[in-house]
Amino acid sequence: MRFVRLSTLCLLLVLCVPQAEAEYADVVLNRTAEAAGVRPVIYPHWFHRMRFRCKVCHSELGFVMRAGANKIDMAGIMEGKFCGMCHNGEIAWNVEHCDRCHSGLPGLKSGIRGGDSAGGPGYW
Amino acid sequence: MNSADDNLYRNSPRAWSLLGRVWVLGLLLLLSGAQVLAGEANPWVRLEADGLHDPKGGAIRDLQQPGEALAPLPRDVVGNMVRWVEALRTGVITPRTNILPDTKIQVLDLDIIYPNTGNYNFVRFPHKAHTEWLDCSNCHDAIFAKKYRGTTISMANILEGRQCGQCHGAVSFPLTECNRCHSVDSQNFAGKFGPQPVAK
Repeated sequence: MRFVRLSTLCLLLVLCVPQAEAEYADVVLNRTAEAAGVRPVIYPHWFHRMRFRCKVCHSELGFVMRAGANKIDMAGIMEGKFCGMCHNGEIAWNVEHCDRCHSGLPGLKSGIRGGDSAGGPGYW
Repeated sequence: MNSADDNLYRNSPRAWSLLGRVWVLGLLLLLSGAQVLAGEANPWVRLEADGLHDPKGGAIRDLQQPGEALAPLPRDVVGNMVRWVEALRTGVITPRTNILPDTKIQVLDLDIIYPNTGNYNFVRFPHKAHTEWLDCSNCHDAIFAKKYRGTTISMANILEGRQCGQCHGAVSFPLTECNRCHSVDSQNFAGKFGPQPVAK
């Protein structure tokens, strides 16, 4: 009996060790995606900041630094706004590759993610 | 094993419990050891296992894995496990400063030392590391007034995700790293507060 109890406790401990976690500063965008019948968008900060400084998107392009504050839509992107400033087939691949951005699991809530010890500030 | 011992192990609940404890402890050690080893070699979770990406989606086939992209960069112990400022300065990465041809690129090399940090180290804010990544307008005057002490900064605000916490704790190094900002020993401080040239 004690063995069973101990085993359960240990199993729980192992399960409690953080498992799958998003990369620090990944952003989930699901304001309209799933309602429109596509997967939520996962935006990886780490990938983009290797290639562009923050100021490109947050100054030139004008993205507000708060997940959910930018009313991004596909029509705008195709006109060269938002992600479409680069994802136009010239600077980066074009919008025909839907799945590359619309890559999230169903039901994800919009917001900034990443399993850091700080857990992310409340205001986000 | 004689028959008395045999009997002991077969029938004694205490012996069973002891065996069980040893077995489980060993298993636990093995598992945690494997996790530590795996974490040290490559701390980045693969996209298909990160709890965000749908493993059934087409993205997994096409997208770059964080572990492949970030491993060659200067290693940190938090956030993306990358020392981003160092990565930029050493030229390991050369991210673009602008897309539009007429954008003015400004880098300011000016430190500010802030007093009134309770009984903890004073804060040194380096404009250089920030302006290498950001535009002046990202902070001024949206978050901070340009004038020294024109804005009251507090850890309460920062921990809520305002002021410095707009980025630190979300995308740049997190708020667990107190001493990276609180880097000036307040007990032996003989300098002056406020904006000042960078100490060489």
